[in-house]
Amino acid sequence: MSNDAAVLAYTLRLADNALILAQCMVELVTAEPELEEELANANFALDYIGQARMLYTYAGELEGKGRSEDDFAFMRDEHEFANLLLLEQPNGHFGDALVRQFLFDAFYVHLLDAITRCSDERLREIAARAVKEVRYHLRHCSQWLVRLGDGTELSHNRVQTSLDYAWRYTGEMFAGDEIDQAINADIDGPDLEAIHGLWRKDVESVVAEATLSLPDDSWMASGGKQGRHTEQLGFLLAEMQYLQRSFPGATW
Amino acid sequence: MVAADLSREQVLEWLAKVPDPEIPVLSILDLGIVRDIDMNDGVTVSLTPTYSGCPATEVIESSVLRELRQRGLDDIAVKRVLSPPWTSDWISEAGREKMRRYGIAPPSANKPVACPQCRSTETERVSEFGSTACKAAYRCRDCLEPFEYFKCL
Repeated sequence: MSNDAAVLAYTLRLADNALILAQCMVELVTAEPELEEELANANFALDYIGQARMLYTYAGELEGKGRSEDDFAFMRDEHEFANLLLLEQPNGHFGDALVRQFLFDAFYVHLLDAITRCSDERLREIAARAVKEVRYHLRHCSQWLVRLGDGTELSHNRVQTSLDYAWRYTGEMFAGDEIDQAINADIDGPDLEAIHGLWRKDVESVVAEATLSLPDDSWMASGGKQGRHTEQLGFLLAEMQYLQRSFPGATW
Repeated sequence: MVAADLSREQVLEWLAKVPDPEIPVLSILDLGIVRDIDMNDGVTVSLTPTYSGCPATEVIESSVLRELRQRGLDDIAVKRVLSPPWTSDWISEAGREKMRRYGIAPPSANKPVACPQCRSTETERVSEFGSTACKAAYRCRDCLEPFEYFKCL
């Protein structure tokens, strides 16, 4: 795979992660348990949408076929999306959505930090902007995980179940394929093994403070990066893409 | 008007009239998001977004174009620059004072947050999230007024 093709594919992966997580969060708007969380969730979703837009715009320029950010978001099918499986999992209850975001942000913050030192200038700039936002998201999620885990017996048990369920989707974050390898080798991009160590350390410390148990690493689901998704993504895209599919080119 | 007759100071003076849509007492200059004015080939204003998802970014870009067009310029463009990323440290002193008078406590990195009404530092955070991503909700323990605090970023 050429250097340029790898950077394009990688940029789309990053963009898809941000967009799909944002869409899940958007589904929760007006359904959060309290006003403060309502604002936090909507504001965080906005950050991810902003990141997705910058990344899709860059992907369009790299590809050079005139595709816009909207074309990437609304006119591609499931198998063309390369987001992590974790991010397309349904919102479930508050604890499920929280754990999903916590596990991802703990990874994403180190990933972005590594990208700020890569040799691709545009990715570096986008990552430098985004990492500050994600640090803040992670702090917020970590505080909530501690509140729920170290809260009542009910909240503890429910969030432990969320963690046990989501864990099977964490392996994929660190399972590098040829694109991850090309990014690491050709543009001094993230070293997933090193990030796995940093992630594990951060997650262990918050999980311990939350009095939760770290699940065992057993079977891990994978395939999202290569476009093989769980059934959830189809429902998500059906809703997200409805307008552009029914009325192509609609603007307001 | 052609760009050759135009001074940078004049462009700055015009940009000082473009408000931030979310805190309209602040101009985009007060906010520190105007990174460069290039007058070599027409006028190109470089702007940096505050947050990746800041919904004001596009409004600001079109306001800048409208303001300059109204002044008779036609060879104009705005450029979005991401690097270095915007930080709340770039909000000017004048901008901080305008925020205070508007009722928003400006970002304070190493000092306690002071109430914009009575200046007391006996304040408490009510919620880390306010009406926009960049603000938190606070309350003053002395004058008991609620207020917004512009977070450090």
